[in-house]
Amino acid sequence: MNQEVDARGLSCPQPVILTLNKIKEVQEGEILVLVDTETARENVSRAAKSKGWTVADIQPADEHTRITLKK
Amino acid sequence: MKNVLATRWGIVVSGGLIGIIAALLQLLGNPANMGICVACFIRDSTGALGMHRAAPVQYLRPEILGFVLGSFVAAYLFKEFKPRAGSAPLVRFMLGFFSMIGALIFLGCPWRALLRLAGGDWNALLGIAGLAVGIWIGTLFLKKGFNLGAARKTYPVVGWIFPLIMAGLLVLMLFNPQVAGQEKSGVLFYSLEGPGSMHAPLIISLAAGLIIGVLAQRSRFCTMGSVRDLILFKQTHLFTGLAAFTLAAFVMNLILKQFNPGFVGQPVAHTMHIWNFAGMVLAGLAFTLAGGCPGRQLFLSGEGDADAAVFVVGMVVGSAFAHNFGLASSAAGVTSGGITALAIGFAVCLLIGFTMREKVRL
Repeated sequence: MNQEVDARGLSCPQPVILTLNKIKEVQEGEILVLVDTETARENVSRAAKSKGWTVADIQPADEHTRITLKK
Repeated sequence: MKNVLATRWGIVVSGGLIGIIAALLQLLGNPANMGICVACFIRDSTGALGMHRAAPVQYLRPEILGFVLGSFVAAYLFKEFKPRAGSAPLVRFMLGFFSMIGALIFLGCPWRALLRLAGGDWNALLGIAGLAVGIWIGTLFLKKGFNLGAARKTYPVVGWIFPLIMAGLLVLMLFNPQVAGQEKSGVLFYSLEGPGSMHAPLIISLAAGLIIGVLAQRSRFCTMGSVRDLILFKQTHLFTGLAAFTLAAFVMNLILKQFNPGFVGQPVAHTMHIWNFAGMVLAGLAFTLAGGCPGRQLFLSGEGDADAAVFVVGMVVGSAFAHNFGLASSAAGVTSGGITALAIGFAVCLLIGFTMREKVRL
């Protein structure tokens, strides 16, 4: 099942909090995180890596960036 | 393109450079242990515009203008300018207002708290401890689902307004330059004594502000975020930038003979430990609920975040209140009005913290 975190429009540190909550919830698998600032992209990627997840894919779309996290 | 300043070494280099620039600004004329103080400089700028009439703290600080404009330029150069607005602006205004009340009871924002420490003012330890406690309280709210809500993408002009105001103020300053011995030039007030009379040359202050604006926009340097991430996520990334900032300023102060350790007789400071501590608890809590230290709010304002700009406007109004109603401390210490305002500030921040909570989404 596809797990998604929509952090668009949210400012620091909400994207990281939401991502870490989701990571805690699913433990492993694949999570799609939507963010719309570069800072959020960096922070979410850094936080996920610190929890042993890998950033599998980063897709810039028109209005936001789609980050795929895997473990 | 990879953002080198957002790496571990990037934030260390950025923090270190900002610390060096801060110490140099003191050498070149800024007040002692106040190479950069976002709260004090916004307060001085508010005074320069006559929005408060505390004569010793009136000077339109070019550093503040540079912070916003530097960030604005960097955001455009690196395609990160994102006009956005609509995340609880009035709440952010209130948080900006009371963060200023708290900071002016201590006499400094987190930047200056660290610069005071780097200059040997041990009273800063109380302020920094207070800041950490305030941030810790803020993280408890964050853990309970505190969220100011999402901003929305908006028209580019919305993101341009605050940088344009800064550019306008710069023009105002160029057309109303300081005249030696005069307290007013055209529409602008200039302090003849006190911290407001002490400043580096305009062009140097502006250049320093622009450089820091670019560095901080790229590296995401944030004093509050450094401590928050450490407490909330056990992440040291931003904190290493903060440590580099403090250490660089300390080493520079030693080299420039600006290091004077002690509690008593420190420049623009008082020794009332409880109020130094409590003022910064309030400021730390307000910064955490708003998601950034006052410097960070300026940099965000430059990259299109109109809500961060509203926080800054709250700081402007807060500083006007602080001096019009005698809430700000002085070298003599805290005022009774300041203590009342501090209590109101805590009540407001706690109300905001307890009531603006989403159920953590699952």
